Amino acid sequence: MPPPPHDTVHSEEFLRLLMRRQLKLSVACAATFLTALLGLPLLNYFAPALMATRVAGFTLSWLILGVLFFPLVWFISWLFIKRSIALEQDEVKSVKR
Amino acid sequence: MALPLAFLNGVDPWIFAFSFVTVAATIGLGFWSARRSKTAGDFYVAGRSVSVGWNASAISGEYLSAASFMGVAGMVMSSGYDALWYPVCYACGYLFLLLFIAGPLRRFGAYTIPDFAEGRFDSPLFRKIAVCFVLFIGFFYTMPQMKGAGTTLAYIFPGMPYWGGVVLVGAVITLNVALGGMKGITLVQAFQYWMKMFAISVPVFVLMSVYGLYGSHLGANDGRVEKLAGTTSALTQTVERKPLTEKAPADSPWISPFGPLTTKAAKAAGLSAEESRPYSLLYTYSLIVALVCGTAGLPHILVRFYTNPDGVAAKRTTMWVMILIGIFYVFPPVFGVLGRNLLPELYAATGAKGTDKVVLELPRAVGGLWGSILSGITCAGAFAAFMSTFSGLLVSMTGAVAHDIYGRMLKPHATNAERLLVFKVSTVLVGGIAIALGTQVEKLQINFMVGQAFAIAASSYFPLLFMSVWWRGMTMKGAASGMLGGGLAALACTTIINLSDLGLVDLKAYWAAHPLMRILAEQPAIWAVPLAIGLMIVVSKATAAAVPADIRMKMLVLHAPEQLGLKQEYIQEHAAALNAESERR
Repeated sequence: MPPPPHDTVHSEEFLRLLMRRQLKLSVACAATFLTALLGLPLLNYFAPALMATRVAGFTLSWLILGVLFFPLVWFISWLFIKRSIALEQDEVKSVKR
Repeated sequence: MALPLAFLNGVDPWIFAFSFVTVAATIGLGFWSARRSKTAGDFYVAGRSVSVGWNASAISGEYLSAASFMGVAGMVMSSGYDALWYPVCYACGYLFLLLFIAGPLRRFGAYTIPDFAEGRFDSPLFRKIAVCFVLFIGFFYTMPQMKGAGTTLAYIFPGMPYWGGVVLVGAVITLNVALGGMKGITLVQAFQYWMKMFAISVPVFVLMSVYGLYGSHLGANDGRVEKLAGTTSALTQTVERKPLTEKAPADSPWISPFGPLTTKAAKAAGLSAEESRPYSLLYTYSLIVALVCGTAGLPHILVRFYTNPDGVAAKRTTMWVMILIGIFYVFPPVFGVLGRNLLPELYAATGAKGTDKVVLELPRAVGGLWGSILSGITCAGAFAAFMSTFSGLLVSMTGAVAHDIYGRMLKPHATNAERLLVFKVSTVLVGGIAIALGTQVEKLQINFMVGQAFAIAASSYFPLLFMSVWWRGMTMKGAASGMLGGGLAALACTTIINLSDLGLVDLKAYWAAHPLMRILAEQPAIWAVPLAIGLMIVVSKATAAAVPADIRMKMLVLHAPEQLGLKQEYIQEHAAALNAESERR
């Protein structure tokens, strides 16, 4: 295996690209999560009647927060890990080429 | 012999047996693994080779504290919907850790947060500043664990005073940590996760099969009982429900958002329900910020990420932690909901006899032998909860004292034997202080106190880690002033609130006149986190010349995949630079 070309890895462009791509992915995932998390109090605030609708005994708001929120977060984290591992492999490939 | 046996009166043998076996098994595992860990390195990070499954179980086991096991249920019972933010954010906070911090931090490679602080800014001074917060956050976090211990022992031994339980459990765990160390704890913590999961879920299923489902019990809380107060339960209710006691919140504020917890300050100020709504919203948001950001800044959790073999494993571990604790967190609120309908007499009691013990006592409602056995199981789970978290915290805090204050500052060339001795002595010292603090907080809710520890972590370590990882313009002075500014402000506010709530400082009149101040002091994260980040940016810009010279290399190590082998290169270059510098001198 030939040693990685030193200049590519240590160049300013490589670092910038690296950080920007990873941060973009993280921010996109965080934005989805925060929309849901910070949106729920707003829904509670502005649509209390809707959020108090009963679903199998639960209020809608209780069902979302106490039960349904967890699978959403698992899904986001699964997506993030899949993408970020792909991203890293891509980076390694681009340097070794 | 009369005195020592007096507290045994009224002890349920089943509950005692289950609890005793848990404690004995935990300690046994600790001693068993103590023989296998010899060097100081073993004590701190467990040799850094733990598989994803084990590590995720161990992190979850360490994370699920008395607050999760007992406190969440107690708070859902006392405050209703608003308390649900706690379990959800305890679990979801890991997403922030995963997205922004877990991978880079593992790639950088350091034992502890102070190690990272020093390495990132090449500043031994900053390490000394960073170390303080391990202790601040740690002590705030051990107080609720001690309350959990005192509450559980007061439940098992009805004759035992609250402080007796705190001292007994605290002493046992301190001794165990002093002899076992972290290597033992990885195994014990992983085992304890599964034990807690079993202990919280099995009683819930049994209770629901006897008394009706989660949803049916919530469905019963629709205010019908209040409207028809006086008439007997001739309602078309699907579940059996005992009448609420005097201090219990009414159904509709309990089940709806912006209930008793978040409106307390505004209510004390005499505001109307409509006027207090914006205050409640502010409270809710500040709580969310504290819990989500705080999870990413807990020293005893972060130290575990260094036991992953690489950044990818660190990310995978985080995802599994979220799944493991997410499943767990569905259950404690069920205890709170069922407890409201089946055990309303707890509302009338305070301290160790109040709603914080609903998880322990509720299973007894099943009745007879099975009731006792189930209650014994939840007691065993509670032991696992406060023992594991207290142990983990003790290791982190002792690490700060022994590894940083002694090993780095007082005596850098200490031998291995000296280090090990200091580790043991500091464990006893830190454990003693934690026990003393724990005896004072009987009146505060377990979950509330843990929330405070999160708020302090969110305003100190979270901004430090987040900004250091993603912004290369950060300087040591910027990082230090932000961490100190935000962290100490949060620390001061939470301390004032606790002193005021315990009645040691009389601020009732002030809080009643200034509900906004009360909310901002009780939940400081919403202003303390931006304050810390703002200070970091401003001071770093002002001292921009002091950005570490090899910042590009540091950033590469943090962000580039491990396969590129940059870490090794960085270590060599760093050592060469240090040598060159010392030769010049």
